[in-house]
Amino acid sequence: MSDLAAFAVTVDEVLAGSAKRVDSLPDELAYECEPAHLLAVATALRDHPALRFEMLVDLAGVDYLDYGRSEWKTLSATGSGFSRGVTRAGGRPAGPLEAEERPSGRRFAVVAQLLSISGNRRLRLRSFCADDDEPIIDSLVGVWASANWFEREAFDLFGILFRGHPDLRRLLTDYGFIGHPFRKDFPLIGNVEVRYDPVKQRVVYEPVSIEPRTLVPRVIRHDNRYDPALIEGRGSANG
Amino acid sequence: MAEIQSYTMNFGPQHPAAHGVLRLVLELDGEVVQKADPHIGLLHRATEKLAESKPFNQSIGYMDRLDYVSMMCNEHAYVMAIERLLGVTPPLRAQYIRTMFDEITRILNHLMWLGAHGLDIGAMTVFLLAFKEREDLMDCYEAVSGTRMHATYYRPGGVHRDLPREMPKYQASRWRSQKDADRLNEARAAGLLEFIEAFTRRFPKAVDEYETLLTDNRIWKQRTVNIGVVSPERAMQLGFSGPMLRGSGIAWDLRKMQPYEVYSKLDFDIPVGVNGDCYDRYLVRIEELRQSNRIIAQCVEWLKRNPGPVMVADAKVRPPRRENMKGDMESLIHHFKLMTEGYCVPEGETYAAVEAPKGEFGIYLVSDGANKPYRLKCRAPGFPHLAALEEMVTGHMLADVVAVIGTQDIVFGEIDR
Repeated sequence: MSDLAAFAVTVDEVLAGSAKRVDSLPDELAYECEPAHLLAVATALRDHPALRFEMLVDLAGVDYLDYGRSEWKTLSATGSGFSRGVTRAGGRPAGPLEAEERPSGRRFAVVAQLLSISGNRRLRLRSFCADDDEPIIDSLVGVWASANWFEREAFDLFGILFRGHPDLRRLLTDYGFIGHPFRKDFPLIGNVEVRYDPVKQRVVYEPVSIEPRTLVPRVIRHDNRYDPALIEGRGSANG
Repeated sequence: MAEIQSYTMNFGPQHPAAHGVLRLVLELDGEVVQKADPHIGLLHRATEKLAESKPFNQSIGYMDRLDYVSMMCNEHAYVMAIERLLGVTPPLRAQYIRTMFDEITRILNHLMWLGAHGLDIGAMTVFLLAFKEREDLMDCYEAVSGTRMHATYYRPGGVHRDLPREMPKYQASRWRSQKDADRLNEARAAGLLEFIEAFTRRFPKAVDEYETLLTDNRIWKQRTVNIGVVSPERAMQLGFSGPMLRGSGIAWDLRKMQPYEVYSKLDFDIPVGVNGDCYDRYLVRIEELRQSNRIIAQCVEWLKRNPGPVMVADAKVRPPRRENMKGDMESLIHHFKLMTEGYCVPEGETYAAVEAPKGEFGIYLVSDGANKPYRLKCRAPGFPHLAALEEMVTGHMLADVVAVIGTQDIVFGEIDR
């Protein structure tokens, strides 16, 4: 058993089922836990003498709305021109092609990268917010102080609310910004544009005047080289 | 007259000591800082969202523009993340080239930091001296990539092209006589590796020169000793990395602890501070300049002796050679597909981190099997550092805020992303 696999067993024992190991690259450790257990899991990861993840290196919000959806048909084609493109509605890929519908409560996730300096190990902890419309999750600020700004950023860009955060304000976007720009249903070009209005003698906000367009479509191709069934040694939950 | 207890002051966003566009709302009691609230995002360009709309290779150039004084290190983390998901390993020569340019970048960054930090707290001369050496390293960037700053030189699977045999030369012009140009071209007569080698031989002297100006300078010490002290425990809690963490006495460097590329084969030391104040962080960075110089010298030595490929042979990642495209239909198709659609990266997620000059620069990459990243998160080292600014400056004088901003080596390109 490799060193990493042995460590994973220790983590499993300490967490006692409150977080489960998920697929990752062979040399990485990734866990997922229910939002209700997040704080307990985080505290255990930090404080248990065998784990000691003293540092939260990064915390990222992820929006899984369009996960696995492509904008280009790869399995069927017609003889005429550009017909492989998938019709778009509202600036997003129209619908799932090869992926099945995403269950509720699996849209917004918070992913924390943890680092143990004393043990020289990394671990990734992911937790999904239970409600897609109003994503709320416990704040990790009490466990790792560095979570403060990372959570403010995730709130700003994804609209994920962090329960117990001391100062949950917008961080990166403009004062008075409306919307959460990194959500997959937020258009890349934004909703408003600004210009100086010489008549009003101030900067005015207006709806964007340019059309969203795709230069390169999202293409998901099946590739035998990466087929999980055909690859040996790719890390999995069963290790 | 009513007595004023404390007042609020706006520091920046257009203040030369704010290192870019930092708006800092300070609450002061006399000259003592009570509260500091950094307002960031004035340079927010949504790089991560932009990357989601482009094939993988087209975002490499955006990485340069994150931390715009340590360009290639950002690229490095990004291409490393893609390589991990693709499962490709660059050839050894490419790894050495990357290591060498990572260290050149570190020197570039630290020289910029040294000059700006010195300038901030009253040492003008260092700035000019630091920029003199910086210019030569910029020329190295130009030699390999054609640009002095935003190189876009690394590629998943290696580097764009091998080191050039010739250095770009100066030409005589209305502002530069032929004699001056010839004098400048003297060092550029041989190849790039010889040019870098000459640099590594003279650079330790230059560092000595900076040190004579600062290390025992009474004013410098008054401005930095015991300013912005961070304990090791607190540094870990606050997510510090790089010289900020090492300055607090924690011997943590990804190049040693989780070596990537060829760092495990090279001989270098990790300097560590004791007190965790601005002065210790200054000493750590100065020593890093010397250590980087050592690494570069070792890489030059190896690269001179070992020619070889600098890009993986996998034709699904590497574009075909241009000569082949002229006569070979397959190559033309491959090139067209790679340059328009790009390659699909297998489904999965990874976190790749490099020891950038400012600390741990990480890329968290989620791919759903498409030709574009599904989610890209850049973990900028400066971000947690700036988040801790309030803690570091509270109780200090207003003038020390400048020293702390300087010691954090803030660059807004990476913080705002």
